[in-house]
Amino acid sequence: MSATFQPLTQRSRVVSDKKMTFLERIYLPAILKGMSITLKHFFFVKKVSLRYPEVEKPRSAIYRGHHVLKRDDQGRERCTACGLCAVACPAEAITMIAGERKKGEESVYREEKYATVYEINMLRCIFCGDCEDACPKEAIFLTDRIVEADYLRKPFVFGKNELVEPMEKSKRIDVSKRQTPDVLKFKEQRQYSHNR
Amino acid sequence: MAKVTIDNIEIEVPDGTTILQAARMIGERNKADRHVVPPTMCYYSKLKTSGGYCRTCIVKVTKGSEKDPRPMPKPVASCRTNVMDGMVVENTINADLIESRKSVTEFLLINHPLDCPICDQAGECHLQDLSYENGKEASRYQFERRTFDPIDIGETIKLHMTRCILCYRCVKVAEQITDGRVHGVINRGDVSEISTYIQEAIDNDFSGNVIDVCPVGALTDKTFRFASRVWFTQPLDAHRDCPKCSGKTVLWMKGEEVLRVTGRKDQWGEVEEFICNTCRFETKDKAAWTIEGPRKIDRHSVISQGHYERKLQQKLLDKAAPDAPSIEPFNIADR
Repeated sequence: MSATFQPLTQRSRVVSDKKMTFLERIYLPAILKGMSITLKHFFFVKKVSLRYPEVEKPRSAIYRGHHVLKRDDQGRERCTACGLCAVACPAEAITMIAGERKKGEESVYREEKYATVYEINMLRCIFCGDCEDACPKEAIFLTDRIVEADYLRKPFVFGKNELVEPMEKSKRIDVSKRQTPDVLKFKEQRQYSHNR
Repeated sequence: MAKVTIDNIEIEVPDGTTILQAARMIGERNKADRHVVPPTMCYYSKLKTSGGYCRTCIVKVTKGSEKDPRPMPKPVASCRTNVMDGMVVENTINADLIESRKSVTEFLLINHPLDCPICDQAGECHLQDLSYENGKEASRYQFERRTFDPIDIGETIKLHMTRCILCYRCVKVAEQITDGRVHGVINRGDVSEISTYIQEAIDNDFSGNVIDVCPVGALTDKTFRFASRVWFTQPLDAHRDCPKCSGKTVLWMKGEEVLRVTGRKDQWGEVEEFICNTCRFETKDKAAWTIEGPRKIDRHSVISQGHYERKLQQKLLDKAAPDAPSIEPFNIADR
């Protein structure tokens, strides 16, 4: 320590190299002490880690994970490729190409315009939920599902196969818990019905 | 000359000027005073006899003139009212007037489907701007909105009658810019609609201008239909030698692809020069155009959200100096 250096706290300790006593020199008491701490943790202390993937840590119902593109009650895709999620996205992770619905596709797409390509780059996504906020059609939601790991980059560009929820009623992804009673009550008002 | 005061700002204008034009002169004189200019939905300075239908440009005249200082009893349409010497006009400083304009906006939106997520005009729509600035957040209308199926007017123009606010601009373009109008407004009152005689195609060299003058998304470009949202495209000023029109246009680009060609719109949202259909619909090859540079878009517009201007300028600079190392966009999907 140089002469000019003045410590501001009392936390530092001066290292001493005094000669060890006999008990310290045989190391056995220290080893036993250390082992007792280890064994105490092994047998008596509750483990903090989980055996993933067999056991999963419970997540909040409003956890922001893997996105879903919802269908409406009649199984039609809600997304109209309006691009507001892509504008709202701070990471520029979303891209889409719009297409025009043809005659006879009314049961597949809800509006006259739909997204033929909808991609989210999960490596860029920061899971902020701004896309969910921006969506005027209640089409995109973040869910409590986890985006699975992979060895390559390419599978992380999620297309419509990964994002749109399945047609079968039983396999639909429930996002009702993300919508608080206040939100649901708000939606019942007729004067805001024009975008439903 | 007449001296007129609009929102406490004085200006001297020639006799016969309308209040709206005087307000625009104030806005042109000093950009900071542009807020006094009333919004317009049907008035178009390049079209004769336009204006007087939509009532969004209403103002309150609190002093008629120097000779007759009585105030006008009701709000007046500023696009159709001439100034008088000594006239005092209130626009943004009159709370009653702002309330009236809100009501006008509510009336315009009564039958509007509010399908902005689908509409190609979204992002450059005057009705969107108007309702954003003067609209109420919810409609009180309880009945069914009137609905129509989209109609093809010719090969290149799509008519969504549901979105129309009956401003008559397109009718006036057809009457004054093209020869032989084949479309017009039929029926009366709340059932009136734009129609062509038995869906006769408009095939005139300047018919495409009805798209540019339409303040809403009622008349849209079929060649651009759903191709991209306006704010994901990058506007470039460009020109070419055109035997029919001035050839001065804006190209709306996505990458190297020309998605749409429109006329150049000035600060009041009116096209500077009408362009022909060959330029608008058929010349979609970038090589056919001489690029002047990025189009200046107001920073309040969503179109400028991607800071395209700076990026494009950099790109043009890079092209001028090809020795500079070029940076390929990083495309993760290719890896």
